[in-house]
Amino acid sequence: MERFDIIVIGGGPAGLAAAIAAKKRGTERVLILERDRELGGILNQCIHSGFGLHTFGKELTGPEYAAAFIEQIVPLGIQVRLNTMVLDISQELVVTCTSRANGLEQLRADAVVLAMGCRERSRGALNIPGFRCAGIYSAGAAQRLVNMEGLMPGREAVILGSGDIGLIMARRMTMEGAKVKAVAEVLPYSGGLKRNIVQCLDDFDIPLKLSHTVVDIHGRERLEGVTIAEVDAARKPIPGTEEYISCDTLLLSVGLLPENELTRAAGIEIDRVTGGPVVSDDFSTSLPGVFACGNVLHVHDLVDFVSREAERAGESAAEYVLGKQKGQREIALRGTGGVRYTVPQRICVDSMPDSLTVRFRVAEPMRDRSIAVYCGKQRLLQKKKRVLAPGEMEFVIIKRDSIPADAKEIVVCIEED
Amino acid sequence: MERDLTCIGCPLGCALHVWWEGDVVTVTGNTCPRGAAYGRTECTAPVRRFTGTVALRGGVLPVVSVKTREDVPKDAVFAVAEAVKTLSVEAPVSIGDVICEDIAGTGVALVAAKNVARAV
Amino acid sequence: MYDVVIVGAGVVGCAAARYLSRYQLRVCVLEKAEDVCCGTSKANSAIVHAGFDAVPGSNKAKYNVRGNAMMEGLSRELDFPFRRNGSLVLCFQQGDIPRLEALCENGAKNGVPGLQILTGDEARALEPALSDSVVAALWAPSGGIVCPFNLTYALAENAAANGVEFFFDTEVQSVSHTDSGFLLKTGKGSFETRLVINAAGVMSDLLHNQVCAEQVNIVPRRGQYCLFDKCDGNLVSRTIFQLPGKMGKGVLVTPTVHGNLLVGPTAEDIPERDGTNTTAAGLETALSTAALSVPNLPVRDVITSFAGLRAHIVRENVDFLVGESVEGWFDLCGIESPGLSAAPALGQDAADWAAGKLQAAEKADFIPTRKGIVDLRALSMEERREYIAQDAAYGNIICRCEEISEGEIVDAIRRVPGAKSLDGVKRRTRAGMGRCQGGFCAPRVMEILSRELGVSPTELTKSGGASRLLSGKTKEVF
Repeated sequence: MERFDIIVIGGGPAGLAAAIAAKKRGTERVLILERDRELGGILNQCIHSGFGLHTFGKELTGPEYAAAFIEQIVPLGIQVRLNTMVLDISQELVVTCTSRANGLEQLRADAVVLAMGCRERSRGALNIPGFRCAGIYSAGAAQRLVNMEGLMPGREAVILGSGDIGLIMARRMTMEGAKVKAVAEVLPYSGGLKRNIVQCLDDFDIPLKLSHTVVDIHGRERLEGVTIAEVDAARKPIPGTEEYISCDTLLLSVGLLPENELTRAAGIEIDRVTGGPVVSDDFSTSLPGVFACGNVLHVHDLVDFVSREAERAGESAAEYVLGKQKGQREIALRGTGGVRYTVPQRICVDSMPDSLTVRFRVAEPMRDRSIAVYCGKQRLLQKKKRVLAPGEMEFVIIKRDSIPADAKEIVVCIEED
Repeated sequence: MERDLTCIGCPLGCALHVWWEGDVVTVTGNTCPRGAAYGRTECTAPVRRFTGTVALRGGVLPVVSVKTREDVPKDAVFAVAEAVKTLSVEAPVSIGDVICEDIAGTGVALVAAKNVARAV
Repeated sequence: MYDVVIVGAGVVGCAAARYLSRYQLRVCVLEKAEDVCCGTSKANSAIVHAGFDAVPGSNKAKYNVRGNAMMEGLSRELDFPFRRNGSLVLCFQQGDIPRLEALCENGAKNGVPGLQILTGDEARALEPALSDSVVAALWAPSGGIVCPFNLTYALAENAAANGVEFFFDTEVQSVSHTDSGFLLKTGKGSFETRLVINAAGVMSDLLHNQVCAEQVNIVPRRGQYCLFDKCDGNLVSRTIFQLPGKMGKGVLVTPTVHGNLLVGPTAEDIPERDGTNTTAAGLETALSTAALSVPNLPVRDVITSFAGLRAHIVRENVDFLVGESVEGWFDLCGIESPGLSAAPALGQDAADWAAGKLQAAEKADFIPTRKGIVDLRALSMEERREYIAQDAAYGNIICRCEEISEGEIVDAIRRVPGAKSLDGVKRRTRAGMGRCQGGFCAPRVMEILSRELGVSPTELTKSGGASRLLSGKTKEVF
């Protein structure tokens, strides 16, 4: 059986950064397994600009951002197998995968980095009633068709969900000559980045209908129109507010879900809120030798943060392979009081970095608050925030020397000023 | 004149207030110099970075992603989009390759934003 | 001139075609949709009923019990997934136990084997997810689950292999008598035939009424369903019914042969014969009624919902309308539930009647078996390697959720009758049927369809007709 120091599953932004960091940290045999036909993952279809401001100090398109990493792969001697789908990860870290070129293979790894990314929620997950006609696409599928295959899904579109991909696709469809009639968002606020609302909707006078959802889908063969309605605070449609909008295309941008089929099958502990594995400060999961980073761990909004997180995970995987022992004393880290979750969910106080970046999301939009970190009743730090929004990932940096010796649990919360 | 707008320079999305008269422009609400620059430009001479695709001949993909090397006037974006539709380029293509020196009379070059190999 | 024209390529028509194909006859199937299995056959409970609830002596009772008994052998001959998982009918009130006992006796009269009344606790011991309010249950070990798509495709492919012709996008517009039989006018020309087998599902009354004196009227009875992620496929292992009411056998909760959990159907009589849309109220009813049987249904794991229409005949003592209604015209009309279970027996009888009437001899070279599209996941590592060694496309996974390879998709397209659309591929291979519902694989499947069929991607449809997937290309220079 072929043996590798580290197998990275997924060659998108997380996998690339993890593999590069692992190799640079001194591991010899690093392999990326990628199911698509090229490296770069979802960045390849994100042809808009705006990536890399934090990492490179300038705005790049998705493919350019990916290229900055892909260009390092060959010089560093990282191996890559494209068009390769991983089917299983065993408890002994035997990775079973299949491809056209190499058939069904089993590879042995000393460490595995999970970087499979996420997928989009489907129409079915929302249980939107109506006909099951052609013309209903997830925003990401439409993005792939338009940006990578040169194909247009339709001419008149309604977009459900104001997540970033949906907003970006509103602009792309418009630029390709389609008419985007409305973006409906079930929540009273958009989950997308502000810049995208401004540049993708406002620039083209596309109405953003907050607290609205699609309640019926018309058209037996091809989509002919949708009925949208206003929703109440419980997100239930309000009778009498229905509005018919004729369109041949409905794009769904209604949330991303970490893709953890392999993780679950391997029996790795999953965080119910993030949908990703529970990790320690070194991004190790509950299965020794398995690390996770990027959108498979929790859904990010900025790829720069994915890269940073993945570098840490890659380094940790390398250190694990090189024999570094993780600290014994592990304590829990969790969110409360408006903080939906934290990543990591655990800290090894003995082996944690001097400064640990903890990422989290808030449950609802807030203004003029503080992010606070507590150990019991003791406040370890406080950071003022003018604006907090669920669509924008937040972080705090916890210093190792601020954690009391007898700490049992650390809590991140939001406090009123 | 004055205007409230949301800064798009970064995810912070600062709420800017811009006041201008002739060449005198005042921006408040920004947290960084990019915010001030954005507020000034957006109110006096708004620009956008165009990104899109161009048809690719003989490549592993049918299209290659492209962008304007610099920002173009906001008003010119649709003209650029129309002009880009009619272009095509021969694979292989590398990031930065100039596809059109002056796209839609903006004076700005259209460049490749992806490396795409030639199909074998 | 055909010996027999079968109208409708649903499970009933395809069963008739398959059993007729053993005779030396010229047979064709006319189907208004673009593919086999596009009507009621594609949107139902996927259940092989035990047969305890039909009126003893009725066609429904007779064909259900016989079809059920045939299913296992047929699944081996034609290689489609079938599992005898058994079914339970739940009773929630002490006062209803006599009705449960009556159902048990009814089943015994119908010849259903192994029926047994269980206490609530016994039922919960079998199925721990059942509600605490279950006081008794009828256990029917012969109940089963089947893949309705693969059953139908298997019958059609085997019929085609034995010489039956299939015409798709060929809706019968009118039927008239001729000296030697019937003339069927379609949008794609006229078909002359000696005999007709009417298996036109929710449209079968419209055909029947053109040639038969005694008129029938079918009202489409819509059933709405929710399909759950495979992570819930083990919530129950048997098919869970509730005591039946006047609109049918009620809402069930069942595993599917592919490991999902299925909940439904509702029963609403609607005017449109193509009203296969779901409604908010209908889906809510399906889920809330199912929750009486299995509380704590994980509603957030629903991956898709759908609706199917049962061909419900409106008259006293509703039953399947089966037999030679006028000279040379064989009806398999009004085949609502348990039609899927009954299909093999209905097809066999219709075939035998037609062959008998034409005094047709059996073929010496009849091929009784058919091999399905391989299910790579069910193979051992070694077997899977052999497939890939023979065709590398079996190594290339296209649908991530269901792990469907390019090899399976190409096989589905190249079969006769083969897949021509995204849904045709989906129903044959399950590509796009998983939790992402085609989000990732649809563009890839479209690429394969375009290549294999030799058509532009912009010509591809979701399910034939006007269901175009794309409006065009982004470039004028393409």
